[in-house]
Amino acid sequence: MKKSGMFALLFVAASLACAAPPSMPRYNFENFTTANGLPNDHVYAVLVDGDRIWAGTENGLAVYENHIWKTYTTADGLAHRAVLSLALDQRTGDVWAGTMGGLSRVSGGRIDTYTQLNSGLSNNVVYGLSVESENVWVATAAGGCRLDLHTGQWSLYNERNTPMVEIWTYAVAATPAKVYYAVWGSGLLEYDQKTGRWDKYDDPDGENEMVLFKDQGLVHEIVTSVSYVDSIVWVATYFGDSRYDGRYWHNFLTKDSGLPSNFTNVVKGLDAKRAWFGTDKGLAYYDGVNWAVYRPSLKDGAPEMTVRDAQGIVTPVAVTTAPAHNYILGIDFQGDDIWVATAKGLSHGILQH
Amino acid sequence: MIGCSQIRRIISGVLVNALLLVTAIHAAFGLPDRTDAHGDENYASPLEVLLSPDGARLYVLCNQSNEIRVFNSTTYAVIKTIAVGRVPRGFSLSPDGARLFVTNSWDDTLSIIDTRTLAVVATWPVSAEPSSVVEDRTGNHLFVANRITNDIAVLDAKTGAEEKRLSGGRGTSYITPSPDGTRLYVTHVYPNAALQTTEGGNRLAPESEIAVIDTARAVIIDRIPLHRIAGVFHVAISNDGRLGAAATVHPKNLVPLAHVEHGWALGNSLTLFGADVGKPVEVPLDELERYATQPFGVAISPDKSRIYVTHGGSEIVTVIDVPRMLQFVHAHPASFETDLSASANYVVTRIPVGRNPRGLAFSHDGRRLFVANRLDDTISVIDVRTNRVASTIKLATPKTISVLRRGEQTFYTSRYGFQGHYGCASCHIDSTFDGLTWDLEPDGMGRDIVDNRNLEDIKGTEPYKWNGGNPDIPTECGPRTEKYFWRSENYDGRILADLALYIRSLPPRPNRWRTADLMPTQERGKAIFERSNDKFGKSIPEANRCVFCHSGPKGTSQKSFDVGTKKSTDNSGLLDTPQLTNISLTPPYLHDGSARTLEEIWTVFNPNDKHGRTNDLTKDELNDLIEYLRTR
Repeated sequence: MKKSGMFALLFVAASLACAAPPSMPRYNFENFTTANGLPNDHVYAVLVDGDRIWAGTENGLAVYENHIWKTYTTADGLAHRAVLSLALDQRTGDVWAGTMGGLSRVSGGRIDTYTQLNSGLSNNVVYGLSVESENVWVATAAGGCRLDLHTGQWSLYNERNTPMVEIWTYAVAATPAKVYYAVWGSGLLEYDQKTGRWDKYDDPDGENEMVLFKDQGLVHEIVTSVSYVDSIVWVATYFGDSRYDGRYWHNFLTKDSGLPSNFTNVVKGLDAKRAWFGTDKGLAYYDGVNWAVYRPSLKDGAPEMTVRDAQGIVTPVAVTTAPAHNYILGIDFQGDDIWVATAKGLSHGILQH
Repeated sequence: MIGCSQIRRIISGVLVNALLLVTAIHAAFGLPDRTDAHGDENYASPLEVLLSPDGARLYVLCNQSNEIRVFNSTTYAVIKTIAVGRVPRGFSLSPDGARLFVTNSWDDTLSIIDTRTLAVVATWPVSAEPSSVVEDRTGNHLFVANRITNDIAVLDAKTGAEEKRLSGGRGTSYITPSPDGTRLYVTHVYPNAALQTTEGGNRLAPESEIAVIDTARAVIIDRIPLHRIAGVFHVAISNDGRLGAAATVHPKNLVPLAHVEHGWALGNSLTLFGADVGKPVEVPLDELERYATQPFGVAISPDKSRIYVTHGGSEIVTVIDVPRMLQFVHAHPASFETDLSASANYVVTRIPVGRNPRGLAFSHDGRRLFVANRLDDTISVIDVRTNRVASTIKLATPKTISVLRRGEQTFYTSRYGFQGHYGCASCHIDSTFDGLTWDLEPDGMGRDIVDNRNLEDIKGTEPYKWNGGNPDIPTECGPRTEKYFWRSENYDGRILADLALYIRSLPPRPNRWRTADLMPTQERGKAIFERSNDKFGKSIPEANRCVFCHSGPKGTSQKSFDVGTKKSTDNSGLLDTPQLTNISLTPPYLHDGSARTLEEIWTVFNPNDKHGRTNDLTKDELNDLIEYLRTR
């Protein structure tokens, strides 16, 4: 019996070792650059708006519709040529664009622009945007602010009325219940819409570039992106990423997860379990257990996909396409497809069944 | 040799004129002023008309008596008078005709009338200065145009709950559904902020639009650009959906007004759009040496053979031959909006109607056209076969014409202008302003570019003009206006007195931001407005405090100051202190309109703190100050 048991265990272990990697989504990436219509290869942000795709580039706001790119520029009223962030007002269909020179609204083809000089906008460098109900929440280089579209009133959030220490806000995620600000060097700020109170989440070990105790709290103070879905906060920093369920934190680092890099520009939660991460070394998907990374190979630029299972076993998957570049700046979803803004082009990941 | 009778006539004339002058002065300075939107008498002031789906009833929106009057459309007998809210401005029937929706522009409500019982069954709060309303074909949504918040509210048609607001143009006002109900066309009466500016920032060509709403999705899917248009009123769409026509005003405000005698300072036009014309095209309604001012209502005949346009200033209805007009448009692909001879190719006739004609509607059979004459309380019934007024429905109204009413009639008519070119209301839309800057002649060609100021609550804010050159309204509206604007017929003393009294009587619109208690941000802003020390504890010189110049209940000391905003085109930097009444509604700002928003007054045009000490303020504090100003 002992022998047969041993054999059985060995058989299971061998089976596991030889098992196929977990099934992770595979994409055929179609890439857009200036060669096929984009106004600039440096794409800061991407936004899916039904059948339309908006791309915030370094030289204008581009929209892709019916296989044709159209670009809005400052001549059309855009606040600045460099478009850093995008948000869709789902109710009205208006698109909000945060730029290096102010905030613009594209509504039925008309562009209205708000700057720190002509409006209550706190600063012209608009890194992040989120539209919730009649409020447009804005993350700027000089604090956060909110435009109430009904009253036209601007409310500013900075070191004088929030726990924000630094005022370099990088991203914002707003819902009717909670609003989260990713603050570069000042952790994560939480605003309770019901009570009007602010709360702050910091790296428990300060600004050290290492984590002393795993899952103790927010992984780092330099927060670059935040996503709030199904009451879960997904947080990206330049030194790893975090997930917070309101009680417990879970951190993701390259050394103990499938993250291709701790330097993360953007995170997008799909639900409580799943999220996408845009890093400086590729695009990563986490399904709650396993990881997949999509990128041009760091060695030779060849299309690459790897899957990391729960045991940490990394398996390459043969692919013929990859995102346009490893430096990922923006992510959005179009049904089963994914759109990815990169430092050298915009990528459309078409799900392969 | 002068005979005794001639001497008597001269003396008599002098006495009469002296009496008129005394009356004028008395009227302008001594009589009580009105306190509501329209004055001392309860005139009906019909503004809009529409027919029930079966054509049996004629509904008349009475803008001053705050009523909907219902008539038998054949006998013109009154069926019922229904009281609604304050200053109703727009109305429409539900697609099934069961409900009549009325926007009450001064109390921000929507009256819902059951057309079976002709009773108001509900009054819903809506947003600021609702000016028109349309229900979609499905009965799911109501769309309400809000003039003050510049948007279109989308309401649940069953409960009135607001679901969202769509961004309209500035002064969003009129909504027209397409015949199939899939689209709504929304106009606005004040120009949008221009994208481009000139060197001085004060010579802005106006830009307007017609917003197109997809009713099924309740989103704006397009905006038809209207370049150099300021003032877009009603739209009509032909029954086949292929031709749209909007009543538009095309100002020529970037060049000196000296060209009035040479024609075309303020063009009145239709802007056509749709499949019949391709690209939108502006079609002049004026003609050489005779203008068709203040175009407002538009109706296209059921067979698309004619377009009818009301002109509130010229007191006429223009009749256009549609096939000839389209033929002309297609034969002239280049722009011809400045060609005053063009209208001879398609205008069939001009039908004189009552005073200040506004809304119009066809009878069920398309043979009669009803025109609401707002300032003489009548409805002209035009026989469209003869293009003549067949009959006139007189609405119940006070028997006497009051001083204010006469003044208002003078304000709106363009009969005094050279070649009927314009009236006061051409630039003071609905007795307010037009959002434009003008180059008026008396200060020199290209000199003293001035923003057109709001007339609301103007009493007690004299002197007038940006240079404070006119001590009172009779001077402002009398000799100056006659010389530089009308260049034609002068007012007599009584007409001037009536006009001055009317203008002095204009009340402010309700302020939508002011509440019983100021909000915290407004309180903080008030403290900044009233402060005497800057943030560093240094005393602010008295003359450099907000409250010094903007003192008193209306926010003006009625004195002139140099606030450092003199441009190279200005003759003087000394400027009259404008009142602050409803100041947030009247961009652009500063004397020449160079500040497009309140913020820019201080962020751009106050580098040396001459326009109040403000450069010590943080952005939050400046926002607080502006929130307070919005309550004024």
